[in-house]
Amino acid sequence: MNSIITAQDLCLWYGQSQALKNINIQIPERSITALIGPSGCGKSTFLKTLNRMNDLINGVRITGTVEYNGTDIFSQDVNQLRKEVGMVFQKPNPFPMSIYDNVAYGPRTHGIRNKAQLDEIVERSLRDAAIWDEVKDRLKKNALGLSGGQQQRLCIARALAVQPKVLLMDEPTSALDPISTLKIEELATNLKETYTIVIVTHNMQQALRISDRTAFFLLGELVEYGDTEQIFSQPADKRTEDYVTGRFG
Amino acid sequence: MKKSSKLFEGFVHGIFLVLGLVTIACVLIITVYLVASGIPGIVEIGLTDFLFGDEWASTAAEPKYGILPFILTSIYGTLGAIIIGVPIGVLTAVYLAKIAPSSVKNVMGQMVSILAGIPSVVYGLVGMMVLVPGLRKLFDIPDGASLLAAIIVLAVMILPSIIKMSVTALEAVPQEYEDASLALGATAEETYFRVSLPAAKSGVAASVVLGVGRAIGEAMAVMMVAGNAPNMPDSLFQSVRFLTTAVASEMSYSSGLQRQALFSIALVLFVFIMLINALLNFFLKGEKKE
Repeated sequence: MNSIITAQDLCLWYGQSQALKNINIQIPERSITALIGPSGCGKSTFLKTLNRMNDLINGVRITGTVEYNGTDIFSQDVNQLRKEVGMVFQKPNPFPMSIYDNVAYGPRTHGIRNKAQLDEIVERSLRDAAIWDEVKDRLKKNALGLSGGQQQRLCIARALAVQPKVLLMDEPTSALDPISTLKIEELATNLKETYTIVIVTHNMQQALRISDRTAFFLLGELVEYGDTEQIFSQPADKRTEDYVTGRFG
Repeated sequence: MKKSSKLFEGFVHGIFLVLGLVTIACVLIITVYLVASGIPGIVEIGLTDFLFGDEWASTAAEPKYGILPFILTSIYGTLGAIIIGVPIGVLTAVYLAKIAPSSVKNVMGQMVSILAGIPSVVYGLVGMMVLVPGLRKLFDIPDGASLLAAIIVLAVMILPSIIKMSVTALEAVPQEYEDASLALGATAEETYFRVSLPAAKSGVAASVVLGVGRAIGEAMAVMMVAGNAPNMPDSLFQSVRFLTTAVASEMSYSSGLQRQALFSIALVLFVFIMLINALLNFFLKGEKKE
C-alpha cells in the first residue's frame, strides 16, 4: 500500500516542554490507523499536527518534516491542506445552524454556490455518514436538536462534504453511548474504502475492532507501530505489552 | 439565641425587600404620572391630530400641536445612527474579540469605556463647535446644525454599547465552532463572519437594540447640534427637533394645553422606550435559550 502521510524526525514543543520526540511514521492510504497511548502521550498532538491545527496554539515549535502526498505540509497552503485532511473532534461540534447549512458550510466556503450541486453534496455526505435516513425530513432544523451520536455523524458528514482524502478523528466516540459508538465504528470501517482514517482512541477494544495499523505513543515517543493484530498479540516492546494488556494507562 | 437570629434575619430580609421596592415604586410612579398627565393633552388635541399632525406651533395665536415632525425626526435620527454606528461597532467588536493582539485590545477596550463615560453635553459641545461648522463648509449649507449632525453625534454615542456587548457575545462563542470551521479549510476571516458572528447574533442584536434605546432617549447632545426647529425632517440638512428635545426646550416656559402636550410627548417617548426594552428582553432571552 502507498503511504499518504509520512512523518520524519518530527519534534514538537509547547513552549519549553517537548510533546513529540522524533516521530517517524508512514500512514498507508485507504486504511484505518489507530493512535493509542495513555493521556498526555502526544497522540492527539500528533493528530493535530497532520492538519496543522497546532498552528493556532501560541508557542508551538515544530522541527522535522511531515509529508502529505509527497509535499511538505508546512510549506503548502494551510486551507488547502485542511480541505484535503479533514477532522472530526472529540466533542461533537455542529455549528448552531441547520443540518443542511452545517454540511453545506465547507463546500460553500470553497466556492460552490449552485443550489442543485449543494443539495447533491449534502445528500451524498449525509448518506456516506449513515445519517441521511434519520435527518432527511428535517434538514432545515437546527443541528443542535440532534442527539450526541447523531451530531457526531453530522460532523463526519460535514467533514466529508469537502471531499477530503484523509479523515482525522480525535477520540470521536469518547462522548457517546455504546450504540452510537458502534455506529461510528461501522461507519469508519465503511469509509476506509475511500478515505484514509487516522483515529485517536483511548479504547483499546475499539482500536482492535476497527484499525488496520496501530501506533503506540508514550511520553511523546512513538514506541511501536505495526499491524494492529501484531501490536495486540505479539508486541515487540515490553511497554506496549504492558499497555495493551492493561497493566497501566 | 436562635429566635433572635431568626428575627434579625427577617429584619434584614425586610430591609432588602423595601430597598427593592423603592426601584419598583419609582418605575410605577413615573409610569402612572406620565400616563395621567399625558392623556389629557392627547384627549384635548385628539389622538390623530396629535400623533399625525405635521405642524407644531405651540405659541401661535392659533396653536397647533402636531408631533409627527418630532416622531419622524426621532425615528430617522435613530435609524441613521444605527446605519452608521452598527457596521462600525460590530466590525470593531469582531476585531477586538477575535483579531486584535491583546495589547491593542486592552488599549482600545479602555478607549471604548472612556467613550461610554463622556457626558452627553460634551458630545453636544464638540458636535456644536467642530461638526456643525464642518458640515456647513463641507456641504455649503447656511447652517450645519441639522439632522445629519445629530445622526453623526448619535452614531458615535451608541458605539460603546454596541462594541462592548458584541465583544462579550463574540467572546462567548465556543472555540469548538471556530475549530470546526478552520478544520474544513475556511480562513480565519471566513470563520469570524460565517460562524462566530452568526453564533453571537442574539447578543449582537441585543447590543443594537440597546443602541437604539440610547439614541432615541438622548436629549442634550442632539439639542445642541440639530438646530431644534420643529420642521418635518425632509432632508438631512434640515434643522429638526427630536421628541426628547421638544419636551426639554419648551417645558420651562410652557403653560396650559402647551404644557399638557409636552407631557403627552413624554408619554409617546416612554412608549417607544418600553417597546425597545421589550425587544431587548426578547433578544436576551433568545440568547439564554441557545
